[in-house]
Amino acid sequence: MSDLLAARSQMAVSLAFHIIFAVIGIAMPVLMVIAERRWQRTRDPVYLDLAKRWARGTAILFAVGAVSGTVLSFELGLLWPRFMELAGPLIGIPFSLEGFAFFTEAIFLGVYLYGWDKVSPRAHLLAGVLVAVSGAASGIFVVIANAWMNTPTGFTLLNGALINIDPIAAMQTPAAFPQALHMTLAAYAATGLGVAGIHALLLLKNRTSAFNRAALTIGLIVGAPAAVLQPISGDIAARYVARRQPAKLAAMEAHYETRAGAPLKLVAGIEIPYGLSLLAFHDPHAVVQGLDSVPRDEWPNVSLVHLSFNVMVALGTYMAIVGLWAGWLALRKRDLTTRRRFLWAVAIAAPCGFVATEAGWMVTELGRQPWVIYGVLKTADAVTPMPGLIVPFTVITLLYCALGAIVGWLLYRQIIRSPQA
Amino acid sequence: MLPLADSLAAIILVALTAYVLLGGADFGGGVWDLLASGPRKTRQRDLIAHAIGPVWEANHVWLILAIVLLFTCFPRAFARMAIALHVPLTLMLIGIVLRGSAFVFRSYGGGGGRVFAIASLVTPVLLGVCVGAVASGAIGEAGGGKGEGFYAVYVAPWLTPFAFAAGLFALTCFAFLAAVYLTVEARDAELQEDFRQRAILSGVWVLMMAGLGLALAPHRDLVDPRLMVLTGAAAVTAFWALWQRRYRLARVAAATQVTLILWGWAVAQYPYLLPPDLTIGNAAAPPVTLKLAMIAVLAGAVVLFPSLFYLFKVFKGEKQKIESHETKVRGSS
Repeated sequence: MSDLLAARSQMAVSLAFHIIFAVIGIAMPVLMVIAERRWQRTRDPVYLDLAKRWARGTAILFAVGAVSGTVLSFELGLLWPRFMELAGPLIGIPFSLEGFAFFTEAIFLGVYLYGWDKVSPRAHLLAGVLVAVSGAASGIFVVIANAWMNTPTGFTLLNGALINIDPIAAMQTPAAFPQALHMTLAAYAATGLGVAGIHALLLLKNRTSAFNRAALTIGLIVGAPAAVLQPISGDIAARYVARRQPAKLAAMEAHYETRAGAPLKLVAGIEIPYGLSLLAFHDPHAVVQGLDSVPRDEWPNVSLVHLSFNVMVALGTYMAIVGLWAGWLALRKRDLTTRRRFLWAVAIAAPCGFVATEAGWMVTELGRQPWVIYGVLKTADAVTPMPGLIVPFTVITLLYCALGAIVGWLLYRQIIRSPQA
Repeated sequence: MLPLADSLAAIILVALTAYVLLGGADFGGGVWDLLASGPRKTRQRDLIAHAIGPVWEANHVWLILAIVLLFTCFPRAFARMAIALHVPLTLMLIGIVLRGSAFVFRSYGGGGGRVFAIASLVTPVLLGVCVGAVASGAIGEAGGGKGEGFYAVYVAPWLTPFAFAAGLFALTCFAFLAAVYLTVEARDAELQEDFRQRAILSGVWVLMMAGLGLALAPHRDLVDPRLMVLTGAAAVTAFWALWQRRYRLARVAAATQVTLILWGWAVAQYPYLLPPDLTIGNAAAPPVTLKLAMIAVLAGAVVLFPSLFYLFKVFKGEKQKIESHETKVRGSS
């Protein structure tokens, strides 16, 4: 394994690990605040139990998210010092803002977790709201920094150096809005349907549990609308990619030849005529650049990006359908918690959001290769000169595998296992 | 008024100081968890967990803030440190991951107390090693991949007796801070006495490690002499207050002492970020970034400080503590 590959693998493992905790950390506070609000209004102890269990789960996941996020903030430099030297003055600003948002999140999470008997009910609920808001904000700031790597703006490139830099313009990079929207919705969809799915499975075993019914409902309230909206935000994101990162779009769709009226390839042999032009530009005759417009040594890994993209789209579509189904049943005032077929559909959706999130990150990260800053700096030129990077890669991977296993076991004990009563 | 770059360097120093005073004490708590002994062993550990629980996440973020501001405002210094100190920084990160997750796992019934305690021991040493390597001037010369071979570039700068003395010094300082804070946190006289003894003992260790560090120092300008006098005064006050059982005063004095140690190093090193060649000025990002970073810091501070004040008021406030102690006493009787 080359040092470059080891560095990329370590970054990939660190991000893939962290993103799960980040996604849950963004969305879980919303669920716990809804549960607490319902408890304050109805005084139904099931909601208090839910809020407390979810808070305990959030505490575990937030702690692991915080330390794995710390690892990432160092790894940016440990693995990619040339990148940080160049990009630090530009993307450092969103990272600094993220630092403060994350700080606010940590403070009010402390108040929320340990303050049940120490602050007024209203202050406690407000602390939960602040955790949810600052969690979403810190996620958005990090995604803005990543968006800049995809569509770098706010500088002039001169002999490999960035001059005339403008960090505000960098934060307004065209990818910022579509990426932040897509990622935030992903967090709510994945976590909401993840929680709903777990409790749907438990309801299939025991239909009468008020605890599981309440949990399923709140999970769907957060997850279903986000899952339904996600294809729209995906469309916005894909159209920006078509304009700004044609190589990435071509790899996503395995589109080799530049042509007008490009068809959309579904699976081997099946195509929708004009589909790709329609999707990418909302115009059946639009020209879609193929990989032939990009020098061969600047192609991303086409098969991997294409596969990840298809996985993301397939799972996202399934989740949107489940979301619509939930909405349809809710509109007709049907009891969601007793329909076996629906419960199975939700249970199957539980892991989908997380897999789709990972696949989506692979699309955006692998699709940008071989660039770390698109069109400006190649990943190979950003890597640390230190040899032997396979060692930290192996250690971090083993560490995260062990942590993941422990977290799974703890969550099972703490939250998922329903109350005996 | 200080130039913008100097002000931001000072802010990073303040964040680092906050991390040492708050996060450092949480590491120190882990040390006393490991060394818990005597008839009140379990109660000592409970007190430590109780004291750290609500605040350690927030305390930890100071480190993230310091590192983010460092790479925003002084990207060259960050890149150079990340290359030359790759090994100890990676080890430190592993320690941070193990300590943080072991602490929360243990709080939620997953075991991991040993890991928490041992990671609390190793991580501060590595943090001190990194600071020691910077202070000794090794990162300035080694940066940018000069020198021959893996050892010369990636190990020699920090594998020095001085850097390890700095590491042990950091560890004893953290343990000292934790013991002093815990005398205030503890509400019953026996526990207070336990931590008073530990505070005095670790205070002596701090002095010995300081002496060792100064003896091994590669150059004389390691700490500013004026600040060294003040540090000594704070140390004497801390010992006297501990002796007199005036724990609140001891807490202020100990925190002042450790702050002055850090600032003494910073003032002596000024204007260098990575001595002997990289100054604050020539490592600084373009002025527009510095200006925006300053605005972000000021805006962030407006949100941060009231929130932090609230957090500490809720969990470390005088009234609250007595109440919670009473409930505990009532609960146990």
